[in-house]
Amino acid sequence: MMAFFYAMVLVGIAGLISVLRLILGPTVPDRVVGVDTLNTLVVAGMVLLGAAYDRTIYIDIAIVYALLSYIGTLVIAKYLQGGLA
Amino acid sequence: MNYVETLIYIFLGISVAFNLLGSFALLRFPDVYTRLHGATKCTTFGTIFAVFAVVTHALYQLHRTGDSKYLQMALHSFIALIALLLTNPTGAHAIAKAAHLSGVKPVRAVVDAYEEKLGGGSE
Amino acid sequence: MNAVDLDMLIQAIILLGVLITAYLTIRYRDLLSAALASAAMSLLLSLEFYTLHAPDVAIAEAAVGAGVVTAVVVYGIAKTERWESEAP
Repeated sequence: MMAFFYAMVLVGIAGLISVLRLILGPTVPDRVVGVDTLNTLVVAGMVLLGAAYDRTIYIDIAIVYALLSYIGTLVIAKYLQGGLA
Repeated sequence: MNYVETLIYIFLGISVAFNLLGSFALLRFPDVYTRLHGATKCTTFGTIFAVFAVVTHALYQLHRTGDSKYLQMALHSFIALIALLLTNPTGAHAIAKAAHLSGVKPVRAVVDAYEEKLGGGSE
Repeated sequence: MNAVDLDMLIQAIILLGVLITAYLTIRYRDLLSAALASAAMSLLLSLEFYTLHAPDVAIAEAAVGAGVVTAVVVYGIAKTERWESEAP
């Protein structure tokens, strides 16, 4: 269906707006919030593109990504509250 | 255009509208906590409806063609939704706690209960 | 627009994001912000490999780039120092 491609274009524009917060953000927690939003948007885009290309295997990458992108956020949050080092 | 395609279009419309609203919340709000609130809630809700659109499309194709790969597509996108719903609020909680402990205070807050709890509990 | 044109438009949007975040990675003096921009670049590059129909490369990039490299770099920053000094 073509509607999934149009939805993916709009989700990509939303991702570019959250990259803009990565550029602007005055403190480091602002940038962490921007990257975390980008993670969620990329998982949504991967599910939409897997349905648009009509391939079943491509949805599995979204599962792997949703489970792994969580590690980076947790490590940076632990560094910011003084847990590491 | 039958009823199922109309349902898929409604789900995709809700998903795209909430994802764009979450990004504009990230751009327009004044400090870390309000940005986290707007962005995380809106993008999680939008992703839920994107997965609902894909599941509806896959089940309709399964009903129409009888190919079993569409059942696999529906189940796997539902598993991706469950993984996202488990990890996303946990990450948001960790970011909020780390931002408060690293010294970033809310801009126009009237009362800060976590600060009072930290001050009254240990000292 | 047919599917090929929309595919090209999606790849243009993703590659614009890759270009912006790669520039930010080499420009930030705060190394924690540079690690965050590197994580965002790896994320968008994984989506680009996905769009080019290479799902195995996309899984490897997602596992290594987003999870392990960010964690190792942040552990390194915690052991040494956070701000990049001026060039001599």
